[in-house]
This record gives sequence, C-alpha cells and structure tokens, in this order.
Amino acid sequence: MKRGIQILAGAVVVVALAAWLTTGAHRGWTKTQIEVKTLDEVTGIEGITYQKGFWPGVDFLGAGLIGAGVLAGVSFLFRSKSNPQHQQQTNKL
Amino acid sequence: MKIKLIASLLLTAFAGVASAAPQSFDFKDPKGVNNAVFKLDAPLEAINGSANGVSGTVAFDPANPAATKGKIVVAAESLTVPNPMMKEHMHGGQWLDVANNKEIIFEARELKDVKTVGDKTSANVTGTLTIKGVTKEVTAPVTLTYLKGKLGQRVPKMEGDLLVIRATFIIKRTDYGINPGAPAEKVSNEIELTLSIAGASPQK
Repeated sequence: MKRGIQILAGAVVVVALAAWLTTGAHRGWTKTQIEVKTLDEVTGIEGITYQKGFWPGVDFLGAGLIGAGVLAGVSFLFRSKSNPQHQQQTNKL
Repeated sequence: MKIKLIASLLLTAFAGVASAAPQSFDFKDPKGVNNAVFKLDAPLEAINGSANGVSGTVAFDPANPAATKGKIVVAAESLTVPNPMMKEHMHGGQWLDVANNKEIIFEARELKDVKTVGDKTSANVTGTLTIKGVTKEVTAPVTLTYLKGKLGQRVPKMEGDLLVIRATFIIKRTDYGINPGAPAEKVSNEIELTLSIAGASPQK
C-alpha cells in the first residue's frame, strides 16, 4: 500500500510537470482560452477572438506538486511490509 | 442673366452648407471586430483582457470634427480574461457586479485640441465614464479616422462611410468602487482601457 501511494505521488509529479512543460511552461495562471488577433484590413483594427483549449499555468503545476506531496505524506501513515527474517530475530531477543 | 446665375449658384452653395449635418455612425459592428482592451499591471501580477460587446452611436461631421458627440456602450458581460476563475471573480459582486451593472458607458461631450490632417483627427475627448454605476468625468486622447465611402469594402452591397475611433483612458479602480479593498500590489489600481472601434454610416 505504502509503495503504491508513493508510486502514485511520483506519477502525479511527472504528469503535472510534463503537461506544464509540453504546453509551453506558461508562467501565468492556467488559461482555458487564448487570444487570437485578426487584422481588419479596411479599418486597421485588430479584432480579438478567443480559441478554447487548456494551457496549464503555475497554479496547475503547484496543485500537482502539492497533491503529490500530500500523497507522499499520507504514504508514511502506512507501515512497510515487515521483513520475516528481521521479525524472527526480534522475537528471539 | 449673369446676376441670376451667380445668385442661383450662391443659393445652391448655401443650401449645401446648411444641409451639412453631422453623420450618425452606428458602432454595433456586424463583423465583431470592435473591442475594448483593459490592462492592469501590478508589481506581482499583470492582468489583460478584452471586451467585444460594443455598441452606441456617434455624431461626426467631417467638416467640423470638433463638434463630435456620442455614446459608446460596452456590455459588461462581454469582458473576458483567459483564466476562467479570474473571469468569474471579475464579473462577481465585489468586482464589476455585471448582474446589476450591465453596461459600461462613455458619453463624449466635447473635443479639445482638435487637429485634422487628411482624414485623421486627433483631439482630447472629455466626457463621462460610467462603470459599476459610478459616473466620473474623464479626458482622454482620441483619434478619429473618417473613411469616406469605405463601408462597402467591409459590408458588401452597402454604401456609406466608416469612422474609426481609437482612445486610451487611464482610470483608477478605486474611483469606480471596483473591489477597493484589493491589494494594489496584486491588482493594480490603475486600469488602462484602450478602445478600438469602427462605426458605419450607411447612405440612405
């Protein structure tokens, strides 16, 4: 159980970091829409439209790292599987 | 005969001048290009967004740009920032309270320091700006570009003129009661509003 939670915590770190890095390591807040500027040639005005998508920001990365930290912390609440040899030696003493 | 001809020419010219009333330009843009951009640059965070729900009318006389008057309305609901949570907060009661204050209105009263070169007029516009139910007098630099006969290039099968208005206002968030308690190092008290809009005056 303990080992499983620790692996899950590691996976959360890897996924959060990979998602953040592969989408451009954006240092602002997470965006769900991005500005697309188009030039109106007659008036010279730059029109603004929004393209929907998901661009994780530092809040997403932070939440991922905190989540992984919490999972790693929770894993220490579980006991490791005891070594049978070590158990025998303890009993003899 | 000559006197009659001169008199008739003078009458025609006078009639022409007398009928040169300001044109009314409608800023409800069917192409959705008109926009207002807002920028807040605080030491800890920069917030940029825009709004495209622009409407209103402006009376503009190409022969007398100084007499320009009008009203531009921005639908508060159309204000957008790329972060969804930030947008929700911005529309909420503490910030813009868009449920109860649906419009941001600028009413132009007069133009000062008017300079016209070709089809471009630059001036300082004075008027009232209403945000979140608070009305304050503001003065801002403005550029008006009169594009005679260019409406057909934007809207097929329509003849008429276009008027492009660009203006930049710098206002204080606390003056309009937009979450005055928010720390200025995170959300700047100064808001830069840039208006880039085109209005149409179709020929009747």
